[in-house]
Amino acid sequence: MAYLLIFFSAIFVNNIVFSQFLGICPFLGVSKKVDTALGMSAAVAFVLTIATIVTYLIQILLVKYELVYLQTIAFILVIAALVQMVEIILKKVSPALYQALGVFLPLITTNCAILGVAILVAQGTYNAQGMEPNLLTGVVYAVSTALGFGLALTIFAAIREQLAMMDIPKGMQGMPIALVVAGLLAMAFMGFSGVDNGLAKVFGL
Amino acid sequence: MKKLPSTLPNMLIVLTLISVIAAGALAYVNKITTGPIAENKARVLAEGINSVLGVTDAQVQETTTVQDANGNDVILYATDKGMAVQAIDPNAFGGNLKVLVGFSDGGTIKGYTVLEHAETPGLGAKANFWFQKGEKGDIIGKNPGEKELIVSKDGGDVDAITASTITSRAFLRAVNVAFHAYAGASATADVETGATPQNKN
Amino acid sequence: MKYFKILWNGILKENPTFVLLLGMCPTLGTTSSAINGMSMGLATMAVLIFSNLIISCIKQLIPDMVRIPSYIVVIASLVTALQMIMQAYTPEMYATLGLFIPLIVVNCIILGRAEAFAAKNGPIESLFDGIGIGLGFTIALTLLGGIRELLGTGKLFGVELYSENYGMLLFVLAPGAFIALGYLIAVVKKVAKI
Repeated sequence: MAYLLIFFSAIFVNNIVFSQFLGICPFLGVSKKVDTALGMSAAVAFVLTIATIVTYLIQILLVKYELVYLQTIAFILVIAALVQMVEIILKKVSPALYQALGVFLPLITTNCAILGVAILVAQGTYNAQGMEPNLLTGVVYAVSTALGFGLALTIFAAIREQLAMMDIPKGMQGMPIALVVAGLLAMAFMGFSGVDNGLAKVFGL
Repeated sequence: MKKLPSTLPNMLIVLTLISVIAAGALAYVNKITTGPIAENKARVLAEGINSVLGVTDAQVQETTTVQDANGNDVILYATDKGMAVQAIDPNAFGGNLKVLVGFSDGGTIKGYTVLEHAETPGLGAKANFWFQKGEKGDIIGKNPGEKELIVSKDGGDVDAITASTITSRAFLRAVNVAFHAYAGASATADVETGATPQNKN
Repeated sequence: MKYFKILWNGILKENPTFVLLLGMCPTLGTTSSAINGMSMGLATMAVLIFSNLIISCIKQLIPDMVRIPSYIVVIASLVTALQMIMQAYTPEMYATLGLFIPLIVVNCIILGRAEAFAAKNGPIESLFDGIGIGLGFTIALTLLGGIRELLGTGKLFGVELYSENYGMLLFVLAPGAFIALGYLIAVVKKVAKI
């Protein structure tokens, strides 16, 4: 049951975009259309999950050989290699999606959500809802976080699609109004705060 | 000077070289900063212990780690000036809330500090001063052994932080956990030395 | 004069936050107060200056195809070094900025400047570009942090200007970060006529 709690909490209560401020660049950059937003979310989810598993194992090695100070370098290189792999696979499997994601695919490397989650899981400093932080809870957390990112990105893209047809004052056009919308969304997501405690009670944890 | 062409040996050599230099440089920085980092950690801990015991020169004599009912680590720092206990409550508003509480003999709270929290800035984060001496939720001088610390909303006599009942509950739970660990430790110590518990302060 | 132009370019015309819209995560995540924003800006500036300098010096030695991984290794080493130095000498600041320090590695500003400027220009120009862009980022973060701190808690750099009871807590919290930045960009656009 506690896994379910990690799941809900990572998607709604501690949404990676709205409450942790990670992955804002793609959130603002690839959110003009719902289609691309969905593609981006899928790519991020894929890379994030694999990266979490691989970096978790690397962290064990780093700790064993007392090389923890190489953590950032090791992690970012693993993520860069993974992104390259996803790019090659996408090019073969779905050229249309590859075209759509275009420039943003290599940018997943510099999506701080991925490195951020990898570091949080490797250090065991994420909210494991009272459970032992291990590989399984880490992966559940990573997948849920990726879903939370996808949810935020898709909702935001849908609103921006509508927003494009609105009459907006000149000074606010473009990024300013998008940021205000993101702020309102973040406010909406704040409504979930504390829900995880309630759920914990319902589940009897 | 012309750019190196992208041949496989070139690429391998350059990447390896850069990585080796980077790793070497970092190993050096790591070596020179390890000392100061460890010192800092020790200093922060010592400052924390001093502040919760209300003294300036407490010497840690013994550090023991026990587990509370939920399996979380509780660390007891026995010093020559009293005992400081670090306890954690995992169910605060934003996750973990870690406190360090100083007790005088008998279990009266001398002081506390919040070591770590993930509460809402400006609301739950007020815990660090709300329960201090003279503030609205003053717990200094109370003894959780005589009366468990509970927020007034739940029938206790500690005022919760305005609009942050969950944080307040978690904070008081952590303090109570710290007290029970303290009581457990001093009980065994008394058995060993044959002394009877007494309130000196 | 040329160097002054590069500096000015980084501060205003190509301001990373207001114009290029890069590095948004630390911009929003660490600006709960003016001092936090400023420290984050300075930390990023330090990495940016050194990465620009080093990369422009070694750019001839790096084959094109392994350009990005090489840059990333250089940047990641600088960030790790900074992380350890901050942990050793400014532990309070390190604790406040937390996860966002290692995340400087993936700040698009740094890789972006390495690719767009340092890889094409000499060391001195790159150094000034690093200072200019770094200053632009620091100013933006301090400004945003100041606005959020003032509206949210009634303080500026920790000095109380009016009672906290009248503060709009919203601005310290996540939504306020987005909203304040949105309006700030609109105002800067208007003032700078970009």
